[in-house]
Amino acid sequence: MSRQIDVSDLDIYYGSFLAVEKVTMEIRPRSITALIGPSGCGKSTFLRSLNRMHEVIPGARVEGKVVLDGQDLYGPGVDPVAVRRSVGMVFQNPNPFPTMSIYDNVLAGMRLNNKRMRRSEADDVVEQSLRGANLWKEVQDRLDRPGAGLSGGQQQRLCIARAIAVQPQVLLMDEPCSALDPISTLAIEDLMGKLKEEYTIVIVTHNMQQASRVSDRTGFFNIEGTGKPGKLVEMDATDTIFSNPSVKATEDYVSGRFG
Amino acid sequence: MSSPSPRGGSQLEDPSGPDDDRGAGTTTLTRYQPPSLAASVHASLPRWSGAAAAALGALVAAALLAVADVHVALAVVVGAVVGIAAFVVAARAVEGARAATDRFVTALVTVAFVVALLPLVSVVWTTVSRGLARFDVAYWTQSMSGIIGEGGGAYHAIMGTLIVTGIATVISVPIGTMTAIYLVEYGGDNRLSRVVTFLVDVMTGIPSIVAGLFSLALFTLLFGPGLRIGVMGSIALCVLMIPIVVRAVEEMLRIVPARLRESSYALGVPKWRTIVKVVLPTAASGIASGVVLAVARVMGETAPLLVTVGLTSATNFNPLEGRMPVLPVFAYYQIKTPGIPPGAFIDRAWTAALVLILFVMALNVGARVLARALAPKTR
Repeated sequence: MSRQIDVSDLDIYYGSFLAVEKVTMEIRPRSITALIGPSGCGKSTFLRSLNRMHEVIPGARVEGKVVLDGQDLYGPGVDPVAVRRSVGMVFQNPNPFPTMSIYDNVLAGMRLNNKRMRRSEADDVVEQSLRGANLWKEVQDRLDRPGAGLSGGQQQRLCIARAIAVQPQVLLMDEPCSALDPISTLAIEDLMGKLKEEYTIVIVTHNMQQASRVSDRTGFFNIEGTGKPGKLVEMDATDTIFSNPSVKATEDYVSGRFG
Repeated sequence: MSSPSPRGGSQLEDPSGPDDDRGAGTTTLTRYQPPSLAASVHASLPRWSGAAAAALGALVAAALLAVADVHVALAVVVGAVVGIAAFVVAARAVEGARAATDRFVTALVTVAFVVALLPLVSVVWTTVSRGLARFDVAYWTQSMSGIIGEGGGAYHAIMGTLIVTGIATVISVPIGTMTAIYLVEYGGDNRLSRVVTFLVDVMTGIPSIVAGLFSLALFTLLFGPGLRIGVMGSIALCVLMIPIVVRAVEEMLRIVPARLRESSYALGVPKWRTIVKVVLPTAASGIASGVVLAVARVMGETAPLLVTVGLTSATNFNPLEGRMPVLPVFAYYQIKTPGIPPGAFIDRAWTAALVLILFVMALNVGARVLARALAPKTR
């Protein structure tokens, strides 16, 4: 289920504004890749370009290549809907569907796509996904309750369960813990450690301790000034980035001298 | 530099006159010193003071009416002014200036509320008191077929109103909803959606008689002059209803959070299915109540129906053939051309008005119930 992503010379635009310039990066399978950098440097924009969520915004487009499993995601004839089925995403704010129960939220990826399933099969998917998201024990006796009634941390784990229920090859997480308390954050970080055995995970975070705790490789994005495009400054093993980075700006950022 | 202010306030140099060492060029800002909390403690008027002021005003108005030969409205105005003035003066004496201002504005707002409520209460009271005379079983079960004096009912007009409004709803809701979906989900800010939005705004404001004449002209062009059938009325109501539905649905769709759409897209759900299965169900509660209120809004329309559906005394269930009586038109003709005895006709008209108000009220209550039933739940 786990695949490598190769990004080469990716330029990302909002209309005529170049938001992220010339990113070349290799995202390794069965590992966690963290993207760090100051606000507005384009790391979320870059993340959203990895499953073509970027183009949901009117006027947004990219140039360059994102190759997953030998296939360029931006190649001619590639259906963005199909891309998103194999590259799942978890957002900053927990966003379970308010009209659906916990059970239906987990199955949303299948139900919304009109996939027919037997009841026993659906039950299995729900249990596996909720177990995978470390949520099963807490909600197993109230699966028919609305997903919006859970706590913030539980909602975020429900969203992770929803994302892994469709068995994506890659899981993108855009600051998944920034709206959560430390205990829920710990639960999700533990979960990421478990998920990387099966999935390729890319996480954007503002929390450098989190990046150093959970990730195997870290990419540092930076921006020279307002109106300039964001760039990938350097990317290396997480230990190297945090202890012995090769670029001065990276060292300044991770040691808290700016940003 | 000027000497520090006696209260130890901060100073700022005025950049325009740096060389003037004291006086004109230098501005001294004294730091704001809030009054001490202890000094702001004051007595307050008793809780019943507002009611007492209102009673005083009423008393003055009544006295004025009893003593002098003045119009009721003038007496009420004088009473209100006296009551508010006494209230504010008392508050100023007991509570201080700031509290008095607060009391004054509170009194004004309350009076405005009462003034706004008066016509509503008056309308309901008049309609109920006059309409109750014929609010009986026969009114709901009999038509005017063969009735020339007393008796009879509005069964034919009630059925006609339900049929004409029902058809208008069935036509307007899909068109209006889909227009709103186009505007919110697909149109963005393109030229077509700007034009549609503009036209919807214009259509919201057209006089209802114009809608009736539009329908009349349309059917005259298609089928020749002199036609009066139920669907003509429905089409006229559609012209009035579609813009209301578009507006209501559009507003509801816009408040569905974009992150719900995004999380649906991120699960690999196509756009149209996201709209049908995520956006519409999330907005269902608001859409349902908006639609029901739109129905209530057009149900009582008189002018467009007057020129399109005609009137008969017999029940007609076929909207495609023959004149179709409806409640507003029925009420209009009962009042305008009463027979003998006139009282029976006027009573029937008032009851028709009462039945219409009850329908509209029932629809409003229904809208609330429906909205609550469809609203996303959290537990």
